[in-house]
Amino acid sequence: MMIAFSNVTKAYGDRRVVGPLSTTIARGQFVALLGGSGSGKTTTLKMINGLTSPTTGSVSVDGRPVGDQPLAALRRRIGYVFQEVGLFSHMTVAENIGVGPRLARWDADRIAARTAELLSLVALPAELGGRLPAALSGGQRQRVGVARALAAGPALMLMDEPFGALDPVTRDALGRDYRALHDALGLTTVMVTHDVMEALLLADRILVMDAGRVLADGAPGELLRDHPDPVVAALMETPRRQARRLEALAGAPAHG
Amino acid sequence: MDDRFAAAWALLPGYLSQHVLLSLCALGLGLAVSLPLGVIASRSAAVRWPSLFLASLIQTIPSLALLAMFYPLLLALSALSQRWFGHGFPALGFAPSLMALTLYSMLPMLRNVVTGIRGVDPAAAEAADGMGLTSLQKLTWVELPLAAPVIMAGLRTAAVWTIGAATLATPVGQTSLGNYIFSGLQTENWVYVLFGCAASAVLALGADQLLGLIESGLSARRPWRIWAGAIGLMVGTLAALSPLMGVSTAATYRVGAKNFSEQYILAEMMASRLKAAGGRVTMKEDLGSATAYRAVASGEIDVYIDYSGTLWANVLGRRDNPGRAAVLDGLTRTLKARDGVTVLGPLGFENAYVLAMRGDRAKALGVASLADLAVRAATLKLGSDLEFLSRPEWAAIRDAYGLGFARQTAYQPTFMYRALEDGEADVISAFSSDGRIAADRLVILADPKGALPPYDAVILLSPKAAKDARLRKALSPLIGSIPVAAMQAANFSVDRDSHKLGPAEAARDLARTVGLGAAPH
Repeated sequence: MMIAFSNVTKAYGDRRVVGPLSTTIARGQFVALLGGSGSGKTTTLKMINGLTSPTTGSVSVDGRPVGDQPLAALRRRIGYVFQEVGLFSHMTVAENIGVGPRLARWDADRIAARTAELLSLVALPAELGGRLPAALSGGQRQRVGVARALAAGPALMLMDEPFGALDPVTRDALGRDYRALHDALGLTTVMVTHDVMEALLLADRILVMDAGRVLADGAPGELLRDHPDPVVAALMETPRRQARRLEALAGAPAHG
Repeated sequence: MDDRFAAAWALLPGYLSQHVLLSLCALGLGLAVSLPLGVIASRSAAVRWPSLFLASLIQTIPSLALLAMFYPLLLALSALSQRWFGHGFPALGFAPSLMALTLYSMLPMLRNVVTGIRGVDPAAAEAADGMGLTSLQKLTWVELPLAAPVIMAGLRTAAVWTIGAATLATPVGQTSLGNYIFSGLQTENWVYVLFGCAASAVLALGADQLLGLIESGLSARRPWRIWAGAIGLMVGTLAALSPLMGVSTAATYRVGAKNFSEQYILAEMMASRLKAAGGRVTMKEDLGSATAYRAVASGEIDVYIDYSGTLWANVLGRRDNPGRAAVLDGLTRTLKARDGVTVLGPLGFENAYVLAMRGDRAKALGVASLADLAVRAATLKLGSDLEFLSRPEWAAIRDAYGLGFARQTAYQPTFMYRALEDGEADVISAFSSDGRIAADRLVILADPKGALPPYDAVILLSPKAAKDARLRKALSPLIGSIPVAAMQAANFSVDRDSHKLGPAEAARDLARTVGLGAAPH
């Protein structure tokens, strides 16, 4: 088991934003935390790498409570990607990707080789390595963000709306590319999203969150079959209705 | 091009090197304090508001006053250190100037460090945290590089301010480009004033442009610009500082002067005699009246000229007037016993504080003495120099004669004479040895009650200088050798509007006039 939440709550003053939450995430899973704004999904994610600490209960990674270890060391073993990416604008793309390995004190040759490897892994041309982030498109920047998070070889990836700011075509391509990486590298991924379709298409397991609680927890297929919770059922109805309309518009049965 | 320009040009290496050294040290020290303080302030609101408020407050103090405040402060600290550790430190010149300018330079740097770090993209900061950078790594890898252009902009502003304000270090005894401005203003040598302003402006603009090059190099990631700016600064600094290198400070006499022509001339005269006797001389010009005495008492300067009445009233706090000889005698004994300061002797002329009027005006009003003046004063305007109205001499004649003027205005001495000429002032505080009294046909109002003390010009020696036989031998011939007419003529040759002489030339002429021979070299 990779991550365990036990009786976790998070409150700001009197206002509880998460919990009580108890669940575990196994090694190799691709889990989506799905919910609208204010559902507590980002707060839940940030408790895994200690960017936020729980008010009560505890979160542990690899069996060790997050609060009991040096956070900087923990975070270096976890990849973190978020919507704004946060590339360091004074560093080139290659230098950005090299930050994690530098923190791990790799030598220059190994960093250079790793950078080249990662650029090809996230399907970016090698010559982009010398450019500054300002010269990249949104999709390219997000790919660099993924590469940077993967650089030091983490086993766990935390992603907060990683593809939220991209156009639909880029977003779909990047999602599929990342899912392939997840499988190829044997990663464990926790991804926050508000997009039902994205969660359904990428994740192995979806936690539907609302007002800090988990309304549903299951594989995409299970959630799509009539779920007892009306909120979940309504949420799952949306992509299905959209698919039916698309079929009707195309005037032909959809395949697969 | 006239001689004054050539003379100003010849002084440039000395003034510029001191100016650059002072500015550089103040900026370096200011940055060394502002950078860590700014980093802490950017993290903590409890540090941020007080430190920025304090820096702004310092900025509201006029820079001249800020500089002046550090002298008594350091003097007190030096006295404490003397008592506790057995040795003091110089309280005049470099140290107070450095401290005042450092404080003065801090606001723009502190503010920009805080603004720069707090302005870092929150996403970059979150990425740094999320990737596991420690707080120090986040600062040095991410925050400072991203804030660098803003911090450089602050350094640029600070450099321009500091280089400009360094001209004001002259009155606390630190040589700077301000020496041109202060002495030029005093002797109405506008070539000097303009030269000083221009030199300081060129220096400030040059530093600004080179720092600007580094700033733009940082923000546009153009390493060659950073290098060009840095190399330019380095070469410029080394060139400016080169006159300071290889100068030995051994056996250097420090000659002090207050900020008016007579003082400059007499200081030059003493300096040339000391040089002729084989000594090295540095000048500490434009000292304030109280500053000069404390400087000689503490050994910051070796010698300067002061006036018996000034010392009697300001240093001894006496308001009585026992007569010329008794005052001299009392001073000689008391200053030696109390402060270890030696009165080498009087030069032979008085530079008394007197009230003067235009001859025609005095005649028309029928005023010949202070007693006559008291009758008319209620309808007249008094023009004074900047310190007269706060001096005990003014209180003495005011009380003795019951003087009350319609208006009292303080002027820079040069402008005070203009005011008298223009009728802006009817009566002025003047100095009896001033060349302008004879030249402008002014009349000195008699003091029948003897309210004003005598003002014999005397040579004062620091405790250390008093034991220096070479110095005493070089300066002793000046005792009793300068009549008031010779001094008036010398002063006028510097103060007049055309065919002005520099103080050094006037000193040479004066020496020749009084039979002490042309100064060598």
